[in-house]
Amino acid sequence: MIDTLRLTAYEAADLLRTKEISGVELWEAYRRAIDERDGDLHCFLHVCDDPGGDGIPLAVKDVIGTKGIPTTAGSKILEGYVPVYDSTVVRRAKEGHGLRVLGKTNTDEFAMGSSTENSAFGPSHNPWDPSRVPGGSGGGSAAAVSAGLAPWALGSDTGGSIKQPSALCGNVGLRPTYGTVSRYGVIAFASSLDQVGPVARNVRDCAFLYSVIAGRDECDTTTVELPHPVELPEADDLRGMRIGVPKELNEAEGIEPGVAAAVRAAIERLEELGAEVGECELPLSVEYGMPCYYLIAPAEASSNLARYDGVRYGHRADAAERYEMYTRTRDEGFGDEPKRRILVGTYALSAGYYDAYYGQAQKVRTVIKREHDALFESFDALVSPTSPTVAFPLGARTADPIAMYLSDLLTIPSCMAGLPGLNVPCGLSEGLPVGLQLVGPQFAENTLFRIGHALEQAIGFDPVPERLR
Amino acid sequence: MAIDREQLLHVAHLARLEVREEEVERLEGQLNDILAAVSKVSELDLSDVPPTSHPHEVVNVWGEDEPRPCLPVEDVLANAPEREGDFFKVPPGGTA
Repeated sequence: MIDTLRLTAYEAADLLRTKEISGVELWEAYRRAIDERDGDLHCFLHVCDDPGGDGIPLAVKDVIGTKGIPTTAGSKILEGYVPVYDSTVVRRAKEGHGLRVLGKTNTDEFAMGSSTENSAFGPSHNPWDPSRVPGGSGGGSAAAVSAGLAPWALGSDTGGSIKQPSALCGNVGLRPTYGTVSRYGVIAFASSLDQVGPVARNVRDCAFLYSVIAGRDECDTTTVELPHPVELPEADDLRGMRIGVPKELNEAEGIEPGVAAAVRAAIERLEELGAEVGECELPLSVEYGMPCYYLIAPAEASSNLARYDGVRYGHRADAAERYEMYTRTRDEGFGDEPKRRILVGTYALSAGYYDAYYGQAQKVRTVIKREHDALFESFDALVSPTSPTVAFPLGARTADPIAMYLSDLLTIPSCMAGLPGLNVPCGLSEGLPVGLQLVGPQFAENTLFRIGHALEQAIGFDPVPERLR
Repeated sequence: MAIDREQLLHVAHLARLEVREEEVERLEGQLNDILAAVSKVSELDLSDVPPTSHPHEVVNVWGEDEPRPCLPVEDVLANAPEREGDFFKVPPGGTA
């Protein structure tokens, strides 16, 4: 009997290697879990047939292109779209390690959102409490891993779409250093921010999946070769590590007391493990990060989403004339959030407003980057809550776009600076998972894995939702 | 800065988005809330700060100008809403 709720990808690989289970049995176990639980959770938009082989199954966020498998980005405008080529990350997973794509996971439309409630195909539900959101945009991937519907998954992160859902669902998610993972074949949202990354049940699996997808890709000229190979974490002490606690990220208005308490306790654990912990400050990054993000991301989105015009793929509205076809296709195909962002972005880029909005936001981005760079002269990593709150009830923030935007208050600053960030579960508040965010300098993934792994061992967080145990 | 009805419709036109009459008021309100929140960036005097368009120091990547295989025409047209021969077919003209 394969317990998909507990089995890690590493353990699955072992069972396959020693022939204790077959590839077919492993696949069937996940399919049964999906049949049993996904009716309530709605993590998957599409479930695949077994492509065969002995590889470990992998769930893939539906913004990541998969050859021959529908890819919608959670949008009606791409309903029925079937890519004719694989994204580089999926190709590497398949070719390098024989991983089998189990299905495509739910996402806010074009990854725009923090709850999956912006998905045109309906929201996903949090496995810890189905009346609550799993976070977003990659809520489908995070919820699928937590509910034992997949051993691990790929997500994408623009301003927190891997880290925040991992925090709300109680698993490990990495937003890699910008440029270390190819975006070729991934549906673009904000190109200077988008990064694909792994979601897993523990830090080692997360690190391994990162090693599968990372590295330069000649199809994406923004990618770079990793300066050092990915190391699977082993050490359970943190001697010699210097960890900064940015005041503003830990004391921001809106952080729930239960979240702050769990993170404080985890920081004490870091000290017990031998890390040197010190206070520090990121005043401008936290105060101006969100406004900066909500100019740059919509501006880039307005340009990237111009391609959905009903000509080459996706939805096309009935119209006798071409201009009408464009505008009606986009009206029918896009939901509210992409429309809002296209309008904000187009406005921010339009003549007369460019300098005040987009140009100024790019300068703020420099300020944020410098503030972080300065801290990394004294610290190896920074620690804070990932999300100000635990998973919130479905519907709680849908009426107010700004309230939804504040879900990403603590994840956005480091994204703007292109820095890697790892979510590690650190406890419960009100019976729901609390995530701790570790941020490092560029290419410091190994440091984050080391700290995350040591903390994971020390805390012993049980990633299986209580109601499913 | 605030956006009015006329600017909203102008921006929608630039973005080739049809905004229906019943949406105008709600969108105008939401857009103004968002713009008020993001306008915070203008509080800072950053006249001496260079812009960052990208988190890395990007360098040009040069490639040899060599022909390589690309997608077959049938694949390129596989998702076309409408085609004629090897072309994507669209309705005629119309006023922008």
